[in-house]
Amino acid sequence: MATATAPRTADDEAYQRTFDAAVAADERIEPRDWMPDAYRATLVRQIAQHAHSEIIGMQPEANWITRAPSLRRKAILMAKVQDEAGHGLYLYSAAETLGVGRDELLDKLHSGRQKYSSIFNYPTLTWADVGAIGWLVDGAAITNQVPLCRCSYGPYARAMVRVCKEESFHQRQGYELLLALSRGTPGQHAMAQDAVDRWWWPSLMMFGPPDDESAHSAQSTAWKIKRHSNDELRQRFVDICVPQAKSLGLTLPDPDLRWNEERGHHDFGPIDWTEFKEVIKGNGPCNEERITQRRRAHDEGAWVREAAAAHAAKHSGTAAAHTGGRTEKEVGQA
Amino acid sequence: MTATVPVTAALALGDDALVLSHRLGEWMGHAPVLEEEVALANIALDLLGQARVLLSMAGDEDELAYLREERAFSNLQLVEQPNGDFAHTIARQLYFSTYQHLLYAELAAGDGPFAALAAKAVKETAYHRDHAEQWTLRLGDGTDLSHQRMRTACTALWRFTGEMFQPVEGLGTDLGALRTGWLEAVGAVLRRAGLPVPEGAQSGAWTAGAGRQGLHTEPFGRMLAEMQHLHRSHPGASW
Amino acid sequence: MTNTDWPLWEVFVRSRRGLSHTHAGSLHAPDAEFALRNARDLYTRRGEGVSIWVVPSSAVTASSPDEKDPFFEPSADKPYRHPTFYEIPEGVQHL
Repeated sequence: MATATAPRTADDEAYQRTFDAAVAADERIEPRDWMPDAYRATLVRQIAQHAHSEIIGMQPEANWITRAPSLRRKAILMAKVQDEAGHGLYLYSAAETLGVGRDELLDKLHSGRQKYSSIFNYPTLTWADVGAIGWLVDGAAITNQVPLCRCSYGPYARAMVRVCKEESFHQRQGYELLLALSRGTPGQHAMAQDAVDRWWWPSLMMFGPPDDESAHSAQSTAWKIKRHSNDELRQRFVDICVPQAKSLGLTLPDPDLRWNEERGHHDFGPIDWTEFKEVIKGNGPCNEERITQRRRAHDEGAWVREAAAAHAAKHSGTAAAHTGGRTEKEVGQA
Repeated sequence: MTATVPVTAALALGDDALVLSHRLGEWMGHAPVLEEEVALANIALDLLGQARVLLSMAGDEDELAYLREERAFSNLQLVEQPNGDFAHTIARQLYFSTYQHLLYAELAAGDGPFAALAAKAVKETAYHRDHAEQWTLRLGDGTDLSHQRMRTACTALWRFTGEMFQPVEGLGTDLGALRTGWLEAVGAVLRRAGLPVPEGAQSGAWTAGAGRQGLHTEPFGRMLAEMQHLHRSHPGASW
Repeated sequence: MTNTDWPLWEVFVRSRRGLSHTHAGSLHAPDAEFALRNARDLYTRRGEGVSIWVVPSSAVTASSPDEKDPFFEPSADKPYRHPTFYEIPEGVQHL
């Protein structure tokens, strides 16, 4: 952060005041606006982590594409995993408006210098896990993401609007999948219950550490990147899930889970933060596999990307002359 | 649609689409670049959509997809070939999507039982063909390495292209007549890409026929085992 | 190393006839043809568009900064590239 140590000038002070006023007035900050270095760095970190989560998150579900038990489910799952690639692309684009290239971000992911959501370090052991991911993991993600549609940084907020719009079907398909299993044969029902038992606690951890231990929360809230606290969102999620589980005919694996009339919320048991920290540190069940596969796809694809770049370089003269720098296409979709 | 569905033809075209869709689905999470994850999935989803319509014309789509034995599948051997490197996938796409596009254009122009499906599929396959052509040009005329890989892939898969032009009962179109147009189209793309048109035979040495007759290659059995395992493990279950 | 970093393109989509093209986002592609195809797959896969433009991001010229308005601070000479000064040393936390 070379610029962080540069002495602040009167101009900087003025810029800072304008920035603060814009954030206070709920205006959006746009790419070419002046912004504090730490705000930019926070956004890069958060958007990159979000983008990485989308593309690493493809893996546990893609694990079941080739085994999906009906053609309808197979189509839904492929469309969903494709959406995740698309969401990764929207988010990398948003990060790029902050002046950082996708290659650089991928490099940081591959070398472990940037993180992705820990939830994807858990394995998908049965078909029901696809349903549990849709219902619980996507459900938690949506709870986290909806407020981000109003985040102070314009490109991030716009990417999230698009993501949330497209994601509405993800959670529903997961719920519907689990419902079919729960109402199916005893074997299918057991598969569904087992998946919910394994995914419930990791889903609660997706909201991050408790508020009093959350490193970035206060500043992010002041900047209106973050709109609600971790614990607030986690509570909201639990309250939403309890009746949904009942309708599914499945139980949530928490003996302490009960309605608290006084608070108007559900109480729930303590979260095992030791496990959370271990998984973040790289000791989850699939950390190694996820990064290895990502790196392998990237490395094995290098010759393809090089070929396309080489082809473009050879033909760039003609292409540019042809299109005058702008290219247009009517979308011939049915 | 006529009262009698040409089941043999519906299964042949449906199995082609189903099997290739499955193979393309195997790329998800492994593609050379993120944009290509999205593109390959689009193609796989189009093909799966076609497969579901076609198999449903012949019976129950899931029973047909998940409960038939290998010998009952009548897809081309070309589409069951493993993905290999990206060049093999693109060569397979080039060969097959060119064929499928020519075929659906023909079917869409007629008024047979496949006309309605073909009207939609011809647009989809035009896009698949374009995708394959664009990549063939870039790999063939990219780096030395990509040229070599594309050349190897085109040659390796060439011997599976002959069976595309075998007659299919009830299809209502002369597949043999597509061969000239196919050779011209594929040849033109390969030449633009600086790649030689493979010279070997367009079919293997099966005297008993090939994919259309239910004779498949070794990798297909493993593919089906993976695809059908879960469904078969829960007989009669709904999903 | 060979350059594998495909350039960035800005994508504009006409969502239906009668409306103008609107900026939808950006993507990477080796050339214009692929940029169009990738844009079609990415930004119109739910049928959101009837026409697409793609423009190399480097060809976009943004409005000139107004000295009276710090929100047009000319910090970068290219619209979508900024000096990568947040190369954070390893081990530095809470940034």
